[in-house]
Amino acid sequence: MDTRTVTPGSAGAGARGPARISAVNDFVVKFANVNGSGSASANELFARSILRMGVPVSPRNIFPSNIQGLPTWYEVRVTEAGHLGRRGGVDLMVAMNPQTWDRDLKEMEPGGYLMYDSTRPMAASKFRDDINVIGVPLTRIAATKFVDPKERQLLKNIMYVGVLSAMLGIDPEVIATLLGEQYKGKDKLIKPNLDAFMTGLHYGREHLEDVVGLQIRSSDKVGNRIFVEGNAATALGCVYGGATVCAWYPITPSTSVAEAFQRYCSRYRVDRSTGRNKFAIVQAEDELASIGMVIGAGWNGARAFTATSGPGVSLMTEFIGLAYFAEIPAVIIDVQRGGPSTGMPTRTQQSDLIACAYASHGDTKHVLLFPEDPHECFEFAAKALDLAERLQTPIFLMTDLDIGMNHRLCAPFEWDDARVYDRGKVMTAEELESGRDFGRYLDVDGDGIPFRTLPGAHATRGAYFTRGSTRDAYARYSEAGSDYVYNMERLLQKFDTAKAIVPQPLTRSPSRKANGAVLYYGSTAPAMDEALGLLELQGVHLDSMRIRAFPFSAAVEDFIAGHERVFVVEQNRDAQMRTLLVNELGVDPARLVPILHYDGTPITARFIVKAIADRAKPSNVRSLKSGKAA
Amino acid sequence: MTYLAKPALHHPTLPANRLGYTRRDYEGKISTLCAGCGHDSISAAIIQACWELEIEPHRVAKLSGIGCSSKTPDYFLGNSHGFNSVHGRMPSVLTGANLANRDLIYLGVSGDGDSASIGLGQFAHMVRRGVNMTYIVENNGVYGLTKGQFSATADKGSKSKRGAVNRDAAIDLVSLAIQLGITYVARSFSGDKDQLVPLIKGALHHRGTAMLDILSPCVAFNNHAGSTRSYDYVREHNDAVNRLDFMPRRDAISASYEPGEVIEITQHDGSLLRLRKLHDGYDPGDRLAALSHIYTHHDRGEIVTGLLYIDPQGDDLHDHLNTVPTPLNRLTEPDLCPGAAALAALNAELS
Repeated sequence: MDTRTVTPGSAGAGARGPARISAVNDFVVKFANVNGSGSASANELFARSILRMGVPVSPRNIFPSNIQGLPTWYEVRVTEAGHLGRRGGVDLMVAMNPQTWDRDLKEMEPGGYLMYDSTRPMAASKFRDDINVIGVPLTRIAATKFVDPKERQLLKNIMYVGVLSAMLGIDPEVIATLLGEQYKGKDKLIKPNLDAFMTGLHYGREHLEDVVGLQIRSSDKVGNRIFVEGNAATALGCVYGGATVCAWYPITPSTSVAEAFQRYCSRYRVDRSTGRNKFAIVQAEDELASIGMVIGAGWNGARAFTATSGPGVSLMTEFIGLAYFAEIPAVIIDVQRGGPSTGMPTRTQQSDLIACAYASHGDTKHVLLFPEDPHECFEFAAKALDLAERLQTPIFLMTDLDIGMNHRLCAPFEWDDARVYDRGKVMTAEELESGRDFGRYLDVDGDGIPFRTLPGAHATRGAYFTRGSTRDAYARYSEAGSDYVYNMERLLQKFDTAKAIVPQPLTRSPSRKANGAVLYYGSTAPAMDEALGLLELQGVHLDSMRIRAFPFSAAVEDFIAGHERVFVVEQNRDAQMRTLLVNELGVDPARLVPILHYDGTPITARFIVKAIADRAKPSNVRSLKSGKAA
Repeated sequence: MTYLAKPALHHPTLPANRLGYTRRDYEGKISTLCAGCGHDSISAAIIQACWELEIEPHRVAKLSGIGCSSKTPDYFLGNSHGFNSVHGRMPSVLTGANLANRDLIYLGVSGDGDSASIGLGQFAHMVRRGVNMTYIVENNGVYGLTKGQFSATADKGSKSKRGAVNRDAAIDLVSLAIQLGITYVARSFSGDKDQLVPLIKGALHHRGTAMLDILSPCVAFNNHAGSTRSYDYVREHNDAVNRLDFMPRRDAISASYEPGEVIEITQHDGSLLRLRKLHDGYDPGDRLAALSHIYTHHDRGEIVTGLLYIDPQGDDLHDHLNTVPTPLNRLTEPDLCPGAAALAALNAELS
């Protein structure tokens, strides 16, 4: 499908004008705004309107650690082909922030379009001569149309959505419908917003027809997919998975997990007759307390989770070691951001793998799950609650800012009403009464997982003392080396058991015989999907595997064994997944080639293609360089 | 060693309570603390209080942090689940446990290092939240397991066993707790069981956080001249404001007193606290007066003991959270999972 072309500059009256990109349903629009100026809802309206026209979009918020004043961006990739990763480059820049003018211009593709508020015209020297500039006097129009200064500012944003709709061909009816939905119950707000939109639309239709070569055309490529943020999906997964206790401490980018859990619980978990809550959410004083509460609740038989990010995980590590060693269920949602230290709190990374996989002092190993999108956030969150009780150990759900805080188009959530929670091995009062032997740390089934009892279960049997110090199989304090070794070996056995019950990796084969292989995980998935196709066009045909959990199942081992060399694509500096593969599977490090992207922006297909093409030796393509040398 | 079992031989005439349990049924493993340690007396007081209150041992969950004091839950209530968590962080673990099952009786045991140093933050926030529990601080002013360093409750100017003088101001957990909104707070002395047992009983029947700061001399590292936490010092400077008699229910009252000599307080669950006044005019319902009294007497080197402040109605985190009466850990799929139909509707909203 060739919907995107660049036509060379046309000879005008004297000077030659810049080139023009022409594209239908395949381009990138970026909004450069000032944080706190109310642009977010207008920009989201723009993205949703395209989606409603049946054209997939992939929006991304690029925001500062700030409430008001610093630059913020919203990038919308319009993608009929359904490439949901970030593309890189901008075809249409809506430059509403003079602070970032220069760097915004720099990011544009040649032949692209720049729209700006020309109430105060920008000096010609501030433009690039290979882009097309569209001045719209937004402030002036807003000043004539609206009286209230705050309203002028807010509605200016909706106005530019109107202008864009005229230029790109977005159906105004769709916008009207969306505004109606957005302000349902606040009907007073509909009219001024619609007025502002129509003002922009009329201005665009009058002055800017055919100025832009980019076009939205109604399509049917969205299907039954849903449009949702990963953090909301995670929270909903916790509701469906039966979590009753959430203890958390605010930290970007995980805060909206707890907030969404509150929202969904208010909707689904309030007893209709009494108005009382079938959940408890505590905003703790810090991450030490939030994980402590989760562990206390897990010990006492409630499904509990916390949501945090890297710095929170650092604080929690002592408790995580306790939960590992004392074998207490806990779910920790790590919405990863740029580290170390405060790092880049509003940017994305996959850089907590090592910190989570081996969290705490002493010999520890933890189960990690890597969802690729909101659909899997939902699925894995519910799964994590099952795994935590089955394995009696902390389970980490490793999402990141890119998945967590951006709306993503994904398959609808699924739930089977016949599904029963896996509460793991809990010895009941009846079993205790019948005289069944209870050893809290006794491996009775050979899978490393012992039975536990819940406090208060039986008047005289099954009570035990939980501690972070060494104990024997019957939970009695012990300083005997043999008791210690028994427990540590059993914990390893349990970790081995986990391999078969965690989400298994997914593999794909290329259209032609493979000449290489790649491993990836988490939020890299959409960019990787696109990159695999692009690489094939270049003669690079890769077997691919998406890792979905740690510990690695045998399939991961087999995949690596089946290839001489495997690219490992990650969003961190130190190739942390590769380290885990080398460390846990004993793979020769030379066979795992790291492809690393870690500047805080989501990885792009362009980056992956370039990085892999530079290293791969496609069987049917001769390198230009070597060709020249020959 | 703590895994040594106690002899199974019972005295044939040991009295049983109405549940049929003897004191033995409330005991735990043999203590590994030093002979004469105040903490063992507190364990004995807990055993007596629970036996006399006819609490089913398995309905108690006992939690602790790390330190000498935090070892003690292994030495009482052997039929209760126990949790020796991490240093200074028992309050959060107990809070989570309480959220999961509001039906159990929660007993937290901590020390002065555990509560006033590493755990001061968690102590404070637990009190703020009004977690329904009894929180016992076994306060000896010293780090025992690491052999004699000052703790944060050691009085300024007091001397360590090696003769070092403490230059840091002391943290008083009682007045701190009052400021933070605690609804039951007492100070007592491990060497005064008659005072201590009723205070524990009142605490176990209190709704909300009940804190007992129990001075509990460390015979190994803080029982010398110059210490303000030695047996001798505490005995000489103990200035009790009242004496508590605890009655599980109001109708159990027997003794009669002259008017003005006693204060009677009915708690949320109907239990009666009868306070015999030892200090004229001390009103345990007056926060400001309580603080003033504690500070004034502390400055004179005296240790104020007794039930120091109470709000008999108490406070409970579960009320703030408006949770259902059924313990959350007993809810099952029909209560918890909205189901496929609700999800289909939600999918439609999100598309």
